[in-house]
Amino acid sequence: MTATVERTGSGTGTGFDPRTLWRRAWFRWPALTFLGIAVLQIAEWISEPPTDELVSGAQASAMLRWAVPLLLAGLGGLFSERSGVVNIGLEGMMVLGTWFGAWGAIEFGPVWGTIIGMVGGALGGLLHAVATVSFGVDHIISAVAINLMAPGIARYLADEVFTDMDGGSITQSPRVTSVGYVELPILDRVSWLTIIAFALVPVSWFVLWRTRFGLRLRSCGEHPTAADSLGVNVYRYKYIAVVISGALAGLAGSFIVTELTGIYREGQVNGRGFIGLATMIFGNWRPGGTALGALLFGYADGLQLRDRNGVHALLLVGSMAMLLLALRAALKKEKVPVRTVGMERTEVPGGWRWRLRTRGVSVLVPAAIGVGLLVWYLTTDTVPRQLPQVTPHILTLVVLVFSGSRLRMPAADGKVWRKGDH
Amino acid sequence: MSTGPVRPRSSILLSLAAPVAAVLFALLFSSLVLLISGKDPVAAFSAMLSYGSRLETFVDAVNRATPLYIAGVAVAIGFRMNLFNIGVESQYILAALISTQVGTVIDLPAPLHVTVIIVVAMVIGALWAAIPAVLKVTRGVNEVIATIMLNAIGVSFVAAFLLARWDSEGQDTRTADIPESGRMPDLNGLFEIFTREIQKGRHVYGFLLVAVVVGLAYWFVLNRTTLGYDLRASGANPMAAEASGVPAKRMILIAMIASGAIAGLIGLPDVLGDRYHFGGDFPQGLGFLGIAVALLGRNNPGGIVAAAMVFAYLDATAPILELEGDAPREIVTITKGVIIFAAVIAYAVVERAQRRREVAAAARATAALHADEDSGGGGGAAPAAAQGVRA
Repeated sequence: MTATVERTGSGTGTGFDPRTLWRRAWFRWPALTFLGIAVLQIAEWISEPPTDELVSGAQASAMLRWAVPLLLAGLGGLFSERSGVVNIGLEGMMVLGTWFGAWGAIEFGPVWGTIIGMVGGALGGLLHAVATVSFGVDHIISAVAINLMAPGIARYLADEVFTDMDGGSITQSPRVTSVGYVELPILDRVSWLTIIAFALVPVSWFVLWRTRFGLRLRSCGEHPTAADSLGVNVYRYKYIAVVISGALAGLAGSFIVTELTGIYREGQVNGRGFIGLATMIFGNWRPGGTALGALLFGYADGLQLRDRNGVHALLLVGSMAMLLLALRAALKKEKVPVRTVGMERTEVPGGWRWRLRTRGVSVLVPAAIGVGLLVWYLTTDTVPRQLPQVTPHILTLVVLVFSGSRLRMPAADGKVWRKGDH
Repeated sequence: MSTGPVRPRSSILLSLAAPVAAVLFALLFSSLVLLISGKDPVAAFSAMLSYGSRLETFVDAVNRATPLYIAGVAVAIGFRMNLFNIGVESQYILAALISTQVGTVIDLPAPLHVTVIIVVAMVIGALWAAIPAVLKVTRGVNEVIATIMLNAIGVSFVAAFLLARWDSEGQDTRTADIPESGRMPDLNGLFEIFTREIQKGRHVYGFLLVAVVVGLAYWFVLNRTTLGYDLRASGANPMAAEASGVPAKRMILIAMIASGAIAGLIGLPDVLGDRYHFGGDFPQGLGFLGIAVALLGRNNPGGIVAAAMVFAYLDATAPILELEGDAPREIVTITKGVIIFAAVIAYAVVERAQRRREVAAAARATAALHADEDSGGGGGAAPAAAQGVRA
């Protein structure tokens, strides 16, 4: 937990001199990973009631597994939003992915199920693209409509198809099989799809930041009119991006069916599309950050199913993370005060009042939260089962509130663009 | 984000044509879906129609339309300010849970008891909506993202509360019942003046009256008060409004909090008129449907009534499809989704056509002005600015 919170806010390191060392990715990443594991290990040692699941191979494996749907949905959101189309329809596209994935897996086998699930999600993406790109409908409205409609479509199709099958009903399908596993040290059995999903992180980064296609796609999200004036077919790039987005969400849905639960069940997406969206925002609209967010939230998701004492110990972990964050903010060197409100960056005159407002808040608030979590941890033995589910949402809000100025979404994200309008 | 659809000034007929066309298109599309899956759409829709013409079904529809209407108004308040309150969903669920819980523990005479429940619901809805509003004006956090996150948090809180009760009291994921004094009488007597006796144990929710008041208040405040004018002006162009002395941040706070307060009422028709408790089977999704209803009704108090009734009728008549085996009732969800899509696309097309016409008119006026006073520098700015304010 610490690792990620530290990471999103970083740029400058803690304390002493070798800042340049800290800026090097090859040093910082392993260091933060080590720090994160250390915090978890300390929490595991002193946790009361006891748990031995915070740091274990099985938990690491569960983390990877449960991170995948969030990661894929987050990458889906990334492609779409990098092209300037906000996609909160990920949830609905994932729902489509679960039904299509299950149907494909039953009819043609799990590999085809995965592909058909992607097609199902991509169809949802196509609908979103038609409405938002071609007709200029507000992105949120179109997505809300998709989210309303998708469960109805899935249920209708389930009624048409699954009720006639052995073991199927309107709310669930017959059991489906996984695409297959590979045996790895420590992690035990890991699905091929998990490996592919994590491989998509560097692939997405490469495609978006190191290819001509990606540059053009991102330019549509930053300044579509400028892209248009340079001959980029903005509509086409947005279409492609949103369809890719839907396909990734569909893959996330079919992953839930074939790899996590082994069955299509109504409502099993359960807000994971929105968590995927949160993951992407948490990751600052970048693949690496999204992956880190997905791992963090997947960790909580996996732990919740395995060990309730472990979830309780997470309060301690959260408390330690917050206190470390406060420490870091207290030690940080002064920078030129720049404030971002919406899209506009303005320099704010410095001085004690400014320092109290920004620096004071960034030290005191995490410290207060940390102490609060510690008190909660010390005064209880269990926590509500819902806590791991809301952790992503709370953390994303916290990140938006306290490092909102460091987040940078694509400049034209969410804006309806018409060729020739500007 | 251009959320608030601008009401077309030119022709009322055109603005009516779009939603009607959307509904017809959605019915056509649903028929197509039914045909493809080997069902008879004519049989299905005529079954819905004949079932829908019964008085009891009408009562069902009115009872369903009441919360939908309130949800539509709650969303529309935000829309008029160019704010997207997706958080209506968790605002009403939280408000319903807490106000019901309060209603079960207090003991007051009848009218006061109900009033307290309603006030508590509005306060909770307003407080929950105040969070994204404050985050927006102080930290610039996008209200759509904030309310999505708060939805998940709020709904999880409700689930945790109910589960905690289940753990402590066993087998019961619901609150206790609100005592008699905290319930709302039904309006069957009022309806039966015009109709025959309402049978089959149907009750017209007394909360319908509150919904009517909400609708009237919405219309009055927006169209007949300075506050309403300021809200609309700030929503249309915050910079222009700010320049003429309307503080944009305060308007955001007011609109969001008012939207949340109204959203707090959405769950109460059911609680006070029928179930008298809050449980795991409480109707969800009304907040999102409210977005659809507000869109279809173009944020207009009367339009939202019509939109809520269309959606409510679809819901109220859907069970007959299953009973008579004509089609799965989920076809209705698909119909509703297609209605929204068709409507927003139709509105977008109409709006764009209108804007093009306005721009052309402005260009013509500017050209004429320039032709008139050759030497007058900046003469073209005035009509363009006027256009901006009106748009």
